[in-house]
Amino acid sequence: MTQKQKLVVIGNGMAGARTVEEILARGGGEQFEIAMFGDEPTGNYNRILLSSVLNGSYKEDEIYLNPLPWYEENGIRLLAGKRAAGLLRRAKLAFDEEGNAEPYDKLIIATGSRPFIPQMEGTTMPDGKFKPGVFVFRTLEDCRSIAAYAQGKGSAVVIGGGLLGLEAARGLQNFHLEVTVVDIMGHLMAQQLDAAAGAILKTKMEELGVKVLLKKTTAAILGKDRVLGLRFSDGSTHECDLVVISAGIKPNWEIAAGCGLTVERGIVVDDQMRSVDDRDIYAVGECAQHRGRCYGLVAPIWEQAKVLADHITGRNPQAAYHGSKIATKLKVMGVEVASMGIVDPRDEDDEVVQFSEPKRGTYKKLIIREGRLVGGILLGDLSKAAYLTQAFDRNTPLPEERLELLFDLGDPPKKVTFEEMSAATQICNCNGVSKGAIVACVKAGKRNAKAVMEATRAGTGCGSCKGMVTEIVEWACGGETEEDPSVHYYVPGVPLTKPELIRAIRQHNLRSVSAVFDRLAGGKEDAGSKPGLASLLKTIWKADYEDQRDARFINERIHANIQKNGTFSVVPQIPGGITSPAQLRRIADVAERYHVPLVKLTGGQRIDLLGLRKDDLPNVWRDLEMPSGYAYGKTYRTCKSCVGSDFCRFGLGDSIALALKIEAEFQGFDSPHKMKLGTAGCPRNCSEAMVKDLGAVAVEGGKWEIYIGGAAGSHVRKGDILCVADSHEEVLKYMGRFIQYYRENAKYLERSYGFVERVGIEKIRAVVVEDSEGIAERLDREIAESKAAYKDPWREAYTAPAADRFTSLLPALS
Amino acid sequence: MTQTMTGAKKVKLGPAAVIPPGEGRAFAAGGEKIAVFRTRDSAIFAVQAECPHRGGPLADGLVGGTVVICPLHSWKFDLPTGAALFGDCGIKTYPVRVDEAGDIVLTIG
Repeated sequence: MTQKQKLVVIGNGMAGARTVEEILARGGGEQFEIAMFGDEPTGNYNRILLSSVLNGSYKEDEIYLNPLPWYEENGIRLLAGKRAAGLLRRAKLAFDEEGNAEPYDKLIIATGSRPFIPQMEGTTMPDGKFKPGVFVFRTLEDCRSIAAYAQGKGSAVVIGGGLLGLEAARGLQNFHLEVTVVDIMGHLMAQQLDAAAGAILKTKMEELGVKVLLKKTTAAILGKDRVLGLRFSDGSTHECDLVVISAGIKPNWEIAAGCGLTVERGIVVDDQMRSVDDRDIYAVGECAQHRGRCYGLVAPIWEQAKVLADHITGRNPQAAYHGSKIATKLKVMGVEVASMGIVDPRDEDDEVVQFSEPKRGTYKKLIIREGRLVGGILLGDLSKAAYLTQAFDRNTPLPEERLELLFDLGDPPKKVTFEEMSAATQICNCNGVSKGAIVACVKAGKRNAKAVMEATRAGTGCGSCKGMVTEIVEWACGGETEEDPSVHYYVPGVPLTKPELIRAIRQHNLRSVSAVFDRLAGGKEDAGSKPGLASLLKTIWKADYEDQRDARFINERIHANIQKNGTFSVVPQIPGGITSPAQLRRIADVAERYHVPLVKLTGGQRIDLLGLRKDDLPNVWRDLEMPSGYAYGKTYRTCKSCVGSDFCRFGLGDSIALALKIEAEFQGFDSPHKMKLGTAGCPRNCSEAMVKDLGAVAVEGGKWEIYIGGAAGSHVRKGDILCVADSHEEVLKYMGRFIQYYRENAKYLERSYGFVERVGIEKIRAVVVEDSEGIAERLDREIAESKAAYKDPWREAYTAPAADRFTSLLPALS
Repeated sequence: MTQTMTGAKKVKLGPAAVIPPGEGRAFAAGGEKIAVFRTRDSAIFAVQAECPHRGGPLADGLVGGTVVICPLHSWKFDLPTGAALFGDCGIKTYPVRVDEAGDIVLTIG
């Protein structure tokens, strides 16, 4: 067996420990005997969370990344509390401060950095230690010292308005101190923000009770035995009881310089993270300088650790680090910030795209050079951050429409004009209709979209291309389309708009579909108009609606979803996606008994039994003993839910309970089109509530954001926020009002996303939330009546079967 | 089943009331599958049971006036003539009537 090589790591911070983890992950435990110097007495912890320890939202033991047992388990000798003091490169020895030698074959320097202390009078006492009340903010020990000193004090100053300084300020507020941030620059977070964004952040900070003093250079820390205040270079002073210095960091390169390695701002390394002077010494993290840059953020350092581990273990001798593009996404004092690249234009030709809404704390700025993103700042609204970070990182060309870079626009972009579009381009993907076919149809005399759609079948599948078909028809007609009045009708067979139709139905007390045709369409039936009328009549009359089966589409006639071969699928109701072993067993029994060819989990967290014969449906339902899940109708379908606060460690709200209440409230509701709902226990949105017809997303503070008009089918659209509700009950109230408003005003087969875009979210919000039309009470009442009229259609079907309804083929008599 | 002079067969399908107004039902008769519809004004029509497009069950379609719409992809047919109103190809029709006893009588062949 070959002798293991000795690997010594100087530094047990995030970079050092992560590098060792990466080495172990590549089987380095077999190759190396590993020893680590760590001048802190503990295992490795997440320094980024120190401010959270200071503000009390994390306990100390919660931020450990590698607690002490980890080292033992992995055979690592941790020299805890030992600071490496020197190196003898020729003898390959590392020494601690007491002169104990540690031999190495390979050495990794990961000494990190320390706080930079600007020149200020009165920082230290004669013994060289900080004056009581002066602190830095870098270690757990610093945290403890600040917390101990802050008790009972009145005010604190943070010198330095960078990210760490602001986080420290937030932590200090926890001790009921009056906190002031002092910065030498003209705005906060100068590394990541420009002046305008810095100003918005300043306002936010001040709203949260932190004072901000800009363009102030601290000349002296006042007080003889302890901190009493600050004096600035302009002569002004500021009283305070404690000072936290957070004015930047300084790489710890002394040990490298002491043994003759090249050091500039940090220890100079090559693309393998090796010292340029010594093939057996590597440096990684904040202490390393690669291609002229030192990095202070974790993402680049993680990349460095991987390359180093690949190289040192021989796993990939070609591994190379090429430097990182700096993009950060963070939350300061509750304000979300994303920043990448440069913050101000540098070249004359740099293009700046900007949006600013200081009142709402929203700011977006992009710097574009030769069509590519070289810098960006997003404040308040990070919806485009993922896309932009990727474009920045990969240096991909940006779309011409700059507006799309800043905002999610509702419609997909038009890529080419219709002139440019080739005749063969397929417009309707369901029915395979090309632009050429549509144009030919117009030339043959069909002069409006509806006529073209009927003749070519374009737009009659999923319907998502209807808009484009209409535009092509208009273009092909040279703008001279013949208006087809029926486009404004609720259904084509009755010449009335929806409000007119509702009025007429109420006025003449029309309770069945044939009564509507008789009275309002001159007795002329139109097959395609029947389901729309049935849906509307049910919405208007609820329990008093006179049902005519032939008016229903086959799915709603027999409460199952027709499949391509004429068989049916059955989806029982599973509210909230919560089932039980007994229920699953029953479903399994039914599936076997009726030879179900395919059992599939649906996207709505239910179970679909596909391929059932029509004749078996009533027996299947009886044996299931479960109500219908309405997976076939133009109705409320289901409410998908994540695990929520019961089990999920991120859960902010009880999304399951809310989903159950939603299902109980709206089950079986007829509507212009299907309605798919979702509830998410936190903004991670695992249940995709933001792209549902209606969704509720829990946010901090026990509140729920209600989204409407989302879609993730043939059309993809993020919902608009209707309002923020304070409780489950309020969610139900506003959802119900919107549903009723949609039921009364949408055209038949108009999904919520089309409706919300057509009517406008402001109008809907005014009616539903602010009750601008004084109809809220009535909407609530209609919802309650619809709820009371709910009946499970499956139970109805198997308890009182209608003759032959479910017989697929009747025999002849003779 | 009655054989007629021309070789056509007459088949009794049972009382017209088996088909609710405005709906259709599929029957097996003389080795063929046939969809029979009764409109809301009590006219009766018989056509081939399967849609020529993708074999959709026409008896499950929506009926309005004398038009049926296939439930799968909305092809439309005129019941008395079998002509396609929406789609590429028409359907076969069969003579059918309700006799004095109220039974549906279909002629095949």
